[in-house]
Amino acid sequence: METKDLSRYSKEFLHGLLEKMLLIRRFEEKAAQMYGLQKIGGFCHLYIGQEASGVGSVSAVDLSRDYVLTAYRDHGIALACGMKPGFLMAELFGKVNGCSKGKGGSMHFFDTSLHFLGGNGIVGAHIPVATGVALKVRLKRESGVVLCFFGDGAIHQGSFHESLNMAQIWKLPILYICENNQYGMGTDFRRVSAVTDFTIMGSSYGIEGKQVNGMDVLDVYETVSDEVNRIRKNNSPGFLEIRTYRYKGHSMSDPARYRTREELNAYREQDPLLLLKTRMINNNQITEEQFEAIDHRLKKLCDDAVKFAEKSEEPALKSLYEDVYA
Amino acid sequence: MPVITVREALRQALEEEMDRDENVILIGEEVAEYNGAYKVSVNLLDKFGPDRVIDTPISEEGFTGIGIGAALVGLRPVVEWMTVNFSLQAMDQVYNNAAKMLYMSGGQLNVPVVFRGPNGPAEYLGSQHSQALQSIFCHCPGLKVMAPSSAYDAKGMLKTAIRDDNPVVFLESELMYGWKGEVPETEYVIPFGEANIKRSGADVTLISFSKPLKLLMDASVELDKEGIDTEVIDLRSLKPLDEITIYNSVKKTNRCVIVDEAWPFASVGSHVAYLVSRNCFDYLDAPVLLISSEDVPMPYNHRLELAAQPSVKKIIDAVKQVSYRI
Repeated sequence: METKDLSRYSKEFLHGLLEKMLLIRRFEEKAAQMYGLQKIGGFCHLYIGQEASGVGSVSAVDLSRDYVLTAYRDHGIALACGMKPGFLMAELFGKVNGCSKGKGGSMHFFDTSLHFLGGNGIVGAHIPVATGVALKVRLKRESGVVLCFFGDGAIHQGSFHESLNMAQIWKLPILYICENNQYGMGTDFRRVSAVTDFTIMGSSYGIEGKQVNGMDVLDVYETVSDEVNRIRKNNSPGFLEIRTYRYKGHSMSDPARYRTREELNAYREQDPLLLLKTRMINNNQITEEQFEAIDHRLKKLCDDAVKFAEKSEEPALKSLYEDVYA
Repeated sequence: MPVITVREALRQALEEEMDRDENVILIGEEVAEYNGAYKVSVNLLDKFGPDRVIDTPISEEGFTGIGIGAALVGLRPVVEWMTVNFSLQAMDQVYNNAAKMLYMSGGQLNVPVVFRGPNGPAEYLGSQHSQALQSIFCHCPGLKVMAPSSAYDAKGMLKTAIRDDNPVVFLESELMYGWKGEVPETEYVIPFGEANIKRSGADVTLISFSKPLKLLMDASVELDKEGIDTEVIDLRSLKPLDEITIYNSVKKTNRCVIVDEAWPFASVGSHVAYLVSRNCFDYLDAPVLLISSEDVPMPYNHRLELAAQPSVKKIIDAVKQVSYRI
C-alpha cells in the first residue's frame, strides 16, 4: 500500500475522517445483523466499501449553507452528514423515534436541520429535485452548493440529462456526484453504458467531469473541495465520477453472484479504511492500539443505537393519517 | 364589476401572488418570453424578470422535479405544464416526490408547489392531446386537486393553491381560457373543499366540475322547460372533496347524475357515484348515473370526438332516466 505525506492535514481532521468511515462500517454491519434477526424489513442497501466516497465528499462542504441529497443507499451519507446512529437505527426498526418517525425506512432518511434532504428511493428521480434546491440557492443569491449523489445505474435516466442541461443554462451551484460502484443491482455498468468513461457524460452540457478514486478518502476530499470552491466562485455546475465498490450485494437479498471473489478481494485490499489507517500509522498519527480503542467505542455506539431502537415505541396507529398533508 | 376572461383571471392571480410573496416563481415551457403557450403569463416576465419567470427546455420531468426541489427549501413555484397531457412525462416526480416527501420524511419536508395547465379535450387535437387526467392526480394521497369552471373561481382558487403548503394540481381547460365572467377588483380567495351550488333545484342533483359545468347549465335550462328542476353542483375542489354539499343535495332531490369528462373506469365521477350510493342509499329513488367520456382514445374527426364526450343531450337523457321520464 502506497504511503502519502499527510502533513498538510491536521491530526484531528484525519481522525475525523477515519472515525466517520469506521462508524459507517460498524453501523452497516450492525444493520445487516439486525436484518438477519428480522428487526429490519424490506429493502436495505448497505454502504460498506463506499465509505470514503460519502465521508470525503461531505467533509468538503459546510452544511449550514450547503445541501446534500442522495438516493436509497443513504445510511452512510446520512451518518457522514452528522445524523445520529440511534435515530437511524430506530428508523430501520420502523420506530417512532426514527428520523422519519418510522414512516420512511432504510431508503428515506432525512434531516432538514443538517440540510440532508434524503434518502430518495426512485433511481435518478432526486436529481431534478437537487437541481431545484440549487435553483433556490442561485435565485436567493446564497453562497451554498448542492451535493447530489447517485449511482451508476441512475446515469442513464432522462432525469440526469435533463437536470445537467438546466443546471448549465441557469448556472446552478450543484455538484453531481456519480458514485460508480460498478453494478446497477446485478448489472455490470459496462454492459449497459455506451461509454465506460463517465467523465464525458456531462460533455453534452458543457460540464467537465473528473474521475476520483473512491477508495481514497483524501482523493475524494481534495477533489470535492476543489470543485465546491470552484462552484462557489463561478456558479456553474460540476460533475464527478467517484469510482467505488460495494462489498455487499445490491440489497440484503442479493448474494452478488454476478462478480468474482477475486474482484471483491482486490477491492478489499484497497479498502478505504485500511488505506487511511495504514497511511496514518506510517505518518505516526495513530497507533494500532488507538485504532482499536476508537473501534471499540464506535461498536459500543452502534450497540447503543440498537438499544435505543429496541426501546423506542411503535408509531401510534393514528399516525397513519398524519403528515399526508401539511 | 369588471368582466374578464378566465385567461386574464389566472394572470391576475399569478401577478397578485407574485406581488404578495417574492418566493412565488413561475417556471415552464414558453412561460416567459412567449408569454405562455396559452398567453396566461402575459407581461409577467417584464414585471418580475427572468429570475422569477423562467423559460425551460422541453424537459417535463426535469423542470417539474426542479419545482419540487425549490419548494423544499422555501420557494413557492408555480410549474406550468403546457398541457396536462405532458405531465405524464413528469408523473414520477408528482407521485413519488411531490406527494410523498412530507410523509416519508416524518413531517420534515413539505412541498408548496402548484402544477397547472390545461386539462381535458379541446377540439381536433387527437388522442395524445385531448386527455382529461384528473383521476390520476386524485388517486394519489398527498396531492390536492382543483378545477375551476369560471373566471371568478379561476382567480380565487389559483390564489388559494399558491398559498397552500401542499402540492396542488390546478386543472384548467383550453376552451375555457376565452370564457368571460365577472371578477371583482377587490381581493378574494376560494378555499379548498367548498363546492358551489350553481343552480338550486328540487328534482335531480347534477354534479360536475371544470368545463362540463356549462353543459350542465345548458341542460338545466332545457329540462326546466320540461318541468324538471335540477340542482347543479360545481365541485371546484376535487381533493379535498366537499361531500357534505353533495349529500345534502341528494338527500333533497333523491336523484343524482354525475358528469366527468374523464374515462369512466376509476374516475372522480365513479368515486363520487360510489360515495353517493354508499352515503345516500336510503334517500335514492333511482340508481346514480355517470356520464363520462366514452372508453376510447380521442379520435381526430370532429363528429366522432364530440360523440366521445359528455353532451347536453346525454345529460338530459340521463336526468330523464333517473326521473323515470323516458
